[in-house]
Amino acid sequence: MSDGWRSYLARIEDLARGAGLDYHPVEFEAVPDSMMMEIAIYGLPVRMPHWSFGVRYIYRLVQHRMGLSRLFEVVFPGNPGRAYLARNNSDAENVLVTAHVLGHADFSSCNLLFRRSAAQVGQQIVEQAATHARQIGEAIEAHGAERVEAVLDAALALEQHVNIDAVLARPRYPDEGQKTTPSDDDTFIRRFRTLGPDVAPAPATLAPVPRPQTPPHPERDLLWFIAQYGPELEPWERDIFLAVRAESFYFYPVFACQIMNEGWASYWHARLLREAEFLPPQDYVDAIKCHSDVVRPTGQGERASLDINPYHLGFSLWERIVAEHGVEYARRVMEQNDDFAFIRGYLTSEAATELNLFRYKGPARGPYQVQEEDLDALHEALLKPKFSFGAPTVAVDRLRVDGTLELVHDHATDGRGLDHERSARVLDYLVKIWRRPIVLASVDGEGRTLQLTANPA
Amino acid sequence: MTDEVSGNRLNAWYDLFSRGARDWLRHNEKVRDAVRAHLPQVVAGADVLSRGHSTVRVPVRMLEHYRFRLRAPDQVEGVGQGAAKPGDRIETGADPAQGSGRGTGGDEDGGVQYTLEFQVDDIVDWLWEEMQLPNLENRAGQARDDDWTREGWDRRGARSRLDRRRSLKESIKRQAVNQDSPTFTDEDLRYRQLAKREQPATQAVVFLVLDVSASMGEEHRKLAKSFFFWAVQGLRRQYRQLEVVFIAHTTEAWEFAEEEFFRVTGSGGTFMSSALALARSVADERYSPSQYNLYLFYASDGENSPSDSAATDVALKELLGDLQYCGFLEVGSGGEGGPSSDIGKLFLQLAADGQPTAAYRAAKADDIWGAVRHFFGQQQAA
Repeated sequence: MSDGWRSYLARIEDLARGAGLDYHPVEFEAVPDSMMMEIAIYGLPVRMPHWSFGVRYIYRLVQHRMGLSRLFEVVFPGNPGRAYLARNNSDAENVLVTAHVLGHADFSSCNLLFRRSAAQVGQQIVEQAATHARQIGEAIEAHGAERVEAVLDAALALEQHVNIDAVLARPRYPDEGQKTTPSDDDTFIRRFRTLGPDVAPAPATLAPVPRPQTPPHPERDLLWFIAQYGPELEPWERDIFLAVRAESFYFYPVFACQIMNEGWASYWHARLLREAEFLPPQDYVDAIKCHSDVVRPTGQGERASLDINPYHLGFSLWERIVAEHGVEYARRVMEQNDDFAFIRGYLTSEAATELNLFRYKGPARGPYQVQEEDLDALHEALLKPKFSFGAPTVAVDRLRVDGTLELVHDHATDGRGLDHERSARVLDYLVKIWRRPIVLASVDGEGRTLQLTANPA
Repeated sequence: MTDEVSGNRLNAWYDLFSRGARDWLRHNEKVRDAVRAHLPQVVAGADVLSRGHSTVRVPVRMLEHYRFRLRAPDQVEGVGQGAAKPGDRIETGADPAQGSGRGTGGDEDGGVQYTLEFQVDDIVDWLWEEMQLPNLENRAGQARDDDWTREGWDRRGARSRLDRRRSLKESIKRQAVNQDSPTFTDEDLRYRQLAKREQPATQAVVFLVLDVSASMGEEHRKLAKSFFFWAVQGLRRQYRQLEVVFIAHTTEAWEFAEEEFFRVTGSGGTFMSSALALARSVADERYSPSQYNLYLFYASDGENSPSDSAATDVALKELLGDLQYCGFLEVGSGGEGGPSSDIGKLFLQLAADGQPTAAYRAAKADDIWGAVRHFFGQQQAA
């Protein structure tokens, strides 16, 4: 690849800073296509090994060979941020991609969800993930590939089951039972005991305090719960669970802000490109062409698509917000929202009409029917796949005295029960690590209670 | 950590790459293990017989890493974009964008099929391991072979038997002692020597005898075919050279080439003795029992013509004297239990008398493994 775009880099950064973008420095690196693909599959440049990534790799490879997908860049937030550009991008494309990356960097440096995640996970996720990968490599050497794989099977299956509202370094539940038996070392207690019997009340009158139930409330951070309360979890297994959880904390804002974030980056690459008067005309035209490919609402030659392009949706909404309220206002929106608030608050019915968004319904195998306009329903249909990290709401209900783990699926919230077969397989993964029985309650197709059980071998 | 990687961070990382391929290989390994666990079912229908096919292609599914997921909905709801107005019907088949794009990462369906190629030899090894079958044993003191074997080295010999590795070692040794000497001298050269040794025969011939009379249906032949395939593979484990003779018979018997063997259809009755007689004459002409280990596997529904039973009895007993082993696979579509036909009973009787014979009844493809286990497990005892 020629490094022509690098000569523009400083000027694009000047433009970006001038336009008010506020970001941590970004290190750019051009990498081969194969590496781009792997970064996209693993979500991180170096990540723990697991066979399921191999499956994704092959899917991606097939898509790539068929020319269905092309990756221009992947960017990792942090201080400094890291951006990987595909080595075979043309110079013109790279001008656009650089501007796009700066938009992402601005977003991840300012958006509160990203900042919260960075405050907890740290600014060096790329290095951290590499450290996790190395630790897992060491675990493989110490305990054998099969045992480590069993732990990863379980931990990665629960990847989405974290409670990002809690803190990353979350302690165990406070044990209220202990507070009722004060320690003998306490000076007050010792002094109290020396007092005459007429002063001291009879201890027997204290009502027995019921042992608090674990967990005190349904616990949906399954990775955390298993790591903290696994009856026979070994320390290295616990580390793997916590490593997967830390990576999930990192992934969450990327997932929850996808529309905003991609839209924001697209808005800024388009805007910076318009202001980049130093570009030769041909490069400008090529870059604009690339832009219009990226934010195209539907596939080439398609009349209507059953999916929305998040780049296009986000881009269009940001254009409207900036046009209506100005950049400063848009920046505040960017800082304070995630996709849920963004869609509900800024996807107005005029915007939906202008973008030709429609809601459809139908039997699973089709045909589908386009529904009457209903903005709220449109919002919810758009956001539905994003709730609770895109996973069913499964929580720990109770830890029995014998160590049996009771899981419960909140089918009322999710609208229907769990996939029987898959859930049973997930329990099979888990029981190898939990090492005590696990039960899971959900509902079947007729709304009857469905109970799955897994027992340790 | 930072110090360690900050200088050449990315270059160090590149070395770790191709992780996608590594994890894909691990996936395939898991698939192989899964296939191996169900090997008999998977390869029961294998459509191969001769040496020409050294691999079997097995269709497999990609493994899915399971996660909690909701049941597939009866009704789907979604948001699309484009020219559509309320009430429009959208046919799903026509939409190329419909696919794996929906949902979160790692949501791929496990429904993709691809084929894995397995070495037949590997499969046979696995099977033998799985079924804990013994290796065959040659009948002691029977067939012998004179063969040249490598034995020792000499400083003189034919050019073609120069052992370069050993010669080089000699040269290194000599130079270690005497630094100034030339790199190579004639003294360094070592030649492999051959010696004539008498060895147990490693060649064998197996007679695959198939009843093609009218009572043998398509199903029966298929069973016979897969059984023959694995029986031959089992013998190949043991013998460096295995010849296969294909004999089909009704009231008469013919020898066929492999390609035609399973396509032969006959009509009329069943005279097993005709096939035995043909096997006898082929053995006498081409495969002397002193040179070869002789095996015979016979597949039939066992309904031998009553008028032939005396002749069969005599021919079989006579042939058994030269056979290492003789197996009878009774193929039948129904019924339970062991062989029940006249020929089956004859084999069972012979086995009870201590002859190297066995009989097994197979009604469906899965039974083939029972048959293989039965025959090859027993030969140890025989």
